Amino acid sequence: MSLLALEQVHFGFSRGTKVLRDVSLSVTQGQNLGIVGESGSGKSTLLRLLLGLAAPQTGRVLSAGQPLDRSTMQAHRRFVQPVFQDPYTSLDPRMTVRQILTEPLRALGLAADPEAEVLRALSAVRLLPEAADRRPRDFSGGQRQRIAIARALIARPKVLLADEPVSALDLSTRASLIDLFAALSQQLTLVLVSHDLAVIAALCPSLVVMEQGRIVETGPTRQILDAPAHAYTRRLLASLPRLPR
Amino acid sequence: MSLLSTLGLSIRAGTRCLVEDVHFSLAPGDRLGLVGESGSGKSLTALALLGLLPPGLVASGSVRLAGQQVIGRPDRQIAPVRGAVAAMVFQDPRAALDPLMTLGAQLAVPIRRRAKAEGRRLSRHDLRDRKIAALERVAIDAPERVLAAFPHQVSGGQRQRVAIAMALACRPQLLIADEPTTALDVSTQAEVLALLDRLVREEGLALLFISHDLPVVAGIAERVAVMAAGRVVETGPVAEIFSTPRAPYTQALIAAARRLDDALGLRR
Repeated sequence: MSLLALEQVHFGFSRGTKVLRDVSLSVTQGQNLGIVGESGSGKSTLLRLLLGLAAPQTGRVLSAGQPLDRSTMQAHRRFVQPVFQDPYTSLDPRMTVRQILTEPLRALGLAADPEAEVLRALSAVRLLPEAADRRPRDFSGGQRQRIAIARALIARPKVLLADEPVSALDLSTRASLIDLFAALSQQLTLVLVSHDLAVIAALCPSLVVMEQGRIVETGPTRQILDAPAHAYTRRLLASLPRLPR
Repeated sequence: MSLLSTLGLSIRAGTRCLVEDVHFSLAPGDRLGLVGESGSGKSLTALALLGLLPPGLVASGSVRLAGQQVIGRPDRQIAPVRGAVAAMVFQDPRAALDPLMTLGAQLAVPIRRRAKAEGRRLSRHDLRDRKIAALERVAIDAPERVLAAFPHQVSGGQRQRVAIAMALACRPQLLIADEPTTALDVSTQAEVLALLDRLVREEGLALLFISHDLPVVAGIAERVAVMAAGRVVETGPVAEIFSTPRAPYTQALIAAARRLDDALGLRR
């Protein structure tokens, strides 16, 4: 079943500047999708459309098979949750972790036991219950990103939309968060936007390659990495620095 | 003879030791990669080499650049070494360049400084020729357009090329590059790395390349020093460190990098 879909979407911020051109894609349950491209390729804008933070000029965004509009937006907000790149700016420094985590419950009007949900979300991201009473400044970058993921999980979404969620982190922290995303993928579907093909290859069996607002190649990640069909994908792969054997 | 040698370099903030007992040396033409994670002390080490530590931080030990001691010397005595012996390229060219000056005006500063140090006067015509030559040296197309542009009017890759051109304008013997490709896209990163590789090779520069990105360091350095918690935990040739790391920290770091590299599959 398609959880999220874009159908022939065009989007631009002002007249004449097209950020997305004729973009169609589908997010299938249980099939993590990676979206790769360089700065200005339109991948973050595509994520904003999937989140419902922007509407396409032409084409449709579908959420659980329904066109995304005002009547379906509230359900969509529970259905998908975002994780952003920078854990230093995406958390309110004045709030405790408990307040940060319960904010989506309040905003989405979810009738749940907040304390139980906070403990469940902290446990899911492998943080101790004591973290709830502390503020973001008490945590490292990797721990802050775990809090941001916990905030996304508290609404029990079906899809996690993550925009470069590990690119601001050190290598060892990045590896432990990749493990966390892999574990979370057992329960939900991940849409991962990144310029880092290695992170996408580690987490996503499906891949979309974007260049200048267009999808230039899409298919199974392994197949694209082994035999890229488009010249841009080949150039991207050839540019990747590799470890010596 | 060493161009750069550090002996027991330590950096303190009050009673807190941020960098401890760092030793390494670079001869002309050497390429050393300094790797480590955030807070390991690699950028502070680089700043200490040029006497650029922020107020409140105190360096001890020895740093000798082209035979001259840097630690403990007043700034006016270190200033002639900067640019002429060693120059630095920083991570974010947007922050390193003045947004209110054209790139041409910024590039003129080190060119004039070198001419003054050599006791030469530069005519407007000479200055313009030298600025164009500096941009051509870093493979910038349409140098006249770039000279007239402000930093926000050119791409990230072009900004970093201009920053490299400024660093090289005083004809240094050592280039210190602190995460110079971290803020760039992967294909722009490959171009800037190829440029640095060519410049270092053709001009016989020594290179101190600082990065947390192990594959990038493996591609450009010959030797690697691994820093953790303010100390160098392991030093050696790239091939040796990446194939048989000895320190547990290096082993963990390379295992994490290897895992991501393996996810990409066979190399093309």
